[in-house]
Amino acid sequence: MALVTETDPRLLFTGADWNFDTIRRVYDACEEIALKELKLDVYRNQIEVITAEQMLDAYSSGGMPLFYKHWSFGKHFARDEAMYRKGYTGLAYEIVINSDPCVVYIMEENTITMQTLVIAHAGFGHNHFFKNNYVFKQWTDASGIIDYLDFAKTFIAQCEDRYGQVAVERVLDAAHALQSHGIHRFPRKRMPDLRSEQKRAEERRAHGEAIFNDLWRTVPAKKGKSKDKTDHDARRALLGLPEENVLYFLEKTAPRLAPWQREILRIVRHIAQYFYPQRQTKMMNEGCATWVHHRIMTRLHEEGRISDGSFLEFLHSHTGVVFQPHFDDRRYSGINPYALGFAMMSDIERVCLNPTDEDRYWMPDIAGQKDPYAVLRDVWANYRDESFVSQFLSPQLIRSFGLFNVHDDEDEVDLNVSHIHNERGYRDIRRALSRHYDVARRDPDIQIADVDLAGDRRLILHHRVIDGIVLDDEDTDRVLQHLADLWGYEVSLREMDDETGDMKNEFTARPRATFG
Amino acid sequence: MTIIDRRLNPGGKSLANRQRFIRRAKAQVKRAVREASAGRSIKDIDRGGEVTIPSDGVREPSLRRSSEGGTRDYVLPGNKKYVEGDSIQRPQRGGGSGSEGSEDGGGEDEFRFALSDEEFLDLFLEDLELPDLAKRQLKGVGVPQWRRAGYSTSGSPSNISLTRTMRNSLSRRVALRRPKPEELEALRREIAAIEAGDASGDLAELRERLVVLEKRSKRIPFIDPIDVRFRRLESTPKPVAQAVMFCLMDVSGSMTEHMKDLAKRFYALLYLFLKRRYKHVEVVFIRHTHEAEEVDEQTFFYSRETGGTVVSTALEEMAHIVEERFKPSEWNIYGAQASDGDNAPSDNAKTAALLQNAVLPLCQYYAYLEVGADDDAPMGGERPTTLWRTYAVVNGPDSPIAMRKVRHRRDIFPVFRDLFQKKADQLAEA
Repeated sequence: MALVTETDPRLLFTGADWNFDTIRRVYDACEEIALKELKLDVYRNQIEVITAEQMLDAYSSGGMPLFYKHWSFGKHFARDEAMYRKGYTGLAYEIVINSDPCVVYIMEENTITMQTLVIAHAGFGHNHFFKNNYVFKQWTDASGIIDYLDFAKTFIAQCEDRYGQVAVERVLDAAHALQSHGIHRFPRKRMPDLRSEQKRAEERRAHGEAIFNDLWRTVPAKKGKSKDKTDHDARRALLGLPEENVLYFLEKTAPRLAPWQREILRIVRHIAQYFYPQRQTKMMNEGCATWVHHRIMTRLHEEGRISDGSFLEFLHSHTGVVFQPHFDDRRYSGINPYALGFAMMSDIERVCLNPTDEDRYWMPDIAGQKDPYAVLRDVWANYRDESFVSQFLSPQLIRSFGLFNVHDDEDEVDLNVSHIHNERGYRDIRRALSRHYDVARRDPDIQIADVDLAGDRRLILHHRVIDGIVLDDEDTDRVLQHLADLWGYEVSLREMDDETGDMKNEFTARPRATFG
Repeated sequence: MTIIDRRLNPGGKSLANRQRFIRRAKAQVKRAVREASAGRSIKDIDRGGEVTIPSDGVREPSLRRSSEGGTRDYVLPGNKKYVEGDSIQRPQRGGGSGSEGSEDGGGEDEFRFALSDEEFLDLFLEDLELPDLAKRQLKGVGVPQWRRAGYSTSGSPSNISLTRTMRNSLSRRVALRRPKPEELEALRREIAAIEAGDASGDLAELRERLVVLEKRSKRIPFIDPIDVRFRRLESTPKPVAQAVMFCLMDVSGSMTEHMKDLAKRFYALLYLFLKRRYKHVEVVFIRHTHEAEEVDEQTFFYSRETGGTVVSTALEEMAHIVEERFKPSEWNIYGAQASDGDNAPSDNAKTAALLQNAVLPLCQYYAYLEVGADDDAPMGGERPTTLWRTYAVVNGPDSPIAMRKVRHRRDIFPVFRDLFQKKADQLAEA
């Protein structure tokens, strides 16, 4: 490694201060590496310089530049501000928004080294991930989100003017309580339009004509099953039940909501849907961005474009970000997504370039494949945390993290170490960790099962209890109260054990007062 | 790539959210604010600061799985000594066995955050007011308010009303049939076409018509001075209620430090409240030992003085100042007195007479606060103090006097609120 002195003419910057020219120079240098060497595919970047106070503002509304108004954002702001003022938490170096153009906020008090890191991390790492990963492609519309938020903000402000803050707040409170269950987890069946329907009918008729055989007419018809559906089935089909998207169901079918209230449910549901991919890919997304910034910074240093001092400053903050405390450490608070993500990306690169026999056995598809960047781009495009871990967590990583699995059965006195990082444990640890990242498994599986239309219009929900873990009862009572308010009639939630089919628990709620 | 500098954008984007949050948690925040104020020094009484509220009212519930029970698997990093099949003692709750942690602070019992000075005072002094602020006076020197009052035909150019002016101009032009520019233009084009030989027509007649129309449009201007209208503003004097508050404090030797602290706290609250709620309230500070004097705010709150006790001197001073400066027919007069209840025995009759005949008839409201020692154990009903007994005689059903006792710091605020609480009927009016 060549020693780069502070006076080298190739340097992008010296010292810690920055101005708009240096930012632009740094951006161009990063862009060259990102596009030419790593072949990343990014949205146009829009870099916005903000102050610490504005960063706190952005925190409280999920990082979005504009958002409708609600007390809960004020609460988050108050908490973040108190934590920040007391020095318990620092602020993030950046916030990046999945939009087109991709908005990257950088803070004014960062040094130029940190700004370089942030541009590489957010402007190229996250940006590439947003644009190419399939969950984001499937569920979010990057070019429309800002406009949609603008619409949402205006609409809700108008509702407040017309119906009063309190009335709007009640709907929003209820919708927020249910927003974790206002998400479509699967693409819905698309209704065929008239033209394709016609085309299909024609094809079917042509096929029928082609294979026509009069003999079939003489075959006696089968007796037996009448196709009549029972009342029960007909009703469920009519209402589109079972339905796991509770907010969607309420928006479409709740009998007593006013149109503006339905629209508010729709807004909350759409925004929850927009954030859903981020929850599914947190670890990969951070891993991708961290790996990209590490590669770009290292390359810049190799080319003599940043000084040794800056590079050390970068390494200092980088190692802080990817630090993984052990489980018995006081600082331990779960597996650090930056640490695991970065380690897995680096590991894939290693397997591509210098595989061991073990790697060839575990990952035959990529071991020894000479183009790690292409492999990584493919990974970033086609996996989410859960599938990524179950596919690419190598034994070597399991060993170096010292991962082990603890089984906790409430009927046993002690916890049991079921698998450790050895030959017998790799596969199970990988499966267990992959499940840990499975969002659909972490969120309780709650579905609207039935509505008693003939009787008192009671709405019936089922929670499929997996591994005997029931719902948190205090919160569930509160959420159910909100649900009953929206539905307008009684609501009950039954917890059914997945294995035995027994009912473990039942919550009911009556509406307090009808909306509208 | 574009770089945008947002640093100069107005901050406080989340202010509206914050107000909604405080409104929502108002009852709890109010309680917290009042509790916080008891522990503060007099100087800091109007500062904002951290308050803690129970997180119950501002909870955001969600459907989530319980953090206990069932069978779970945790994958943890950093194994050093465990082998397959080992047992680990179940950690106590809160010991981190890598549970998913409380999501979004769902498990918190309390919520801490900071209030600004403004927010603090607003909540602190909410729904307090001076009782019977009745004698409304038009105050000559008060700032007149400008109000819109229709339109006029004269005024300054900056007040010109464009829409009105253009409307008048349009209707005048329509009424007088001023030719439109398009009409003239069309006519000219027709003439030009005929002259060029592209069309046929009576050239002379057309030319004559053009001359007539051009004359007409010159004679009738686009905007005439009679069209012009100005926005008219009228100054209206704003009625202001004039009020004066007399703060009478006993600083004699019998008042212990504790008592003086209580009294000063009371006045600090009162002063804060008046300063914030009423723009036109004068405050007069009078302190007395065996003689009374009018002092300024600084001396009143922070200087030390001691001596005997003659209450009537303070009342005399007050009556004297009223006579000199505040005409009872024009001013709403209020009095607040704090004392430990001691008085020279020879002075009681004089005090009662003064209060009854000279001071109370002037006052809308007179609050008497008796401060007591912290450790005074009320043993089977304590004896009322000299001054209390004296005032109790004066205190008839129609008299505007209110009497309260305070022993502890924590009582100051409730008593203060009690004395200046908005009355129910006034609340309904508001």
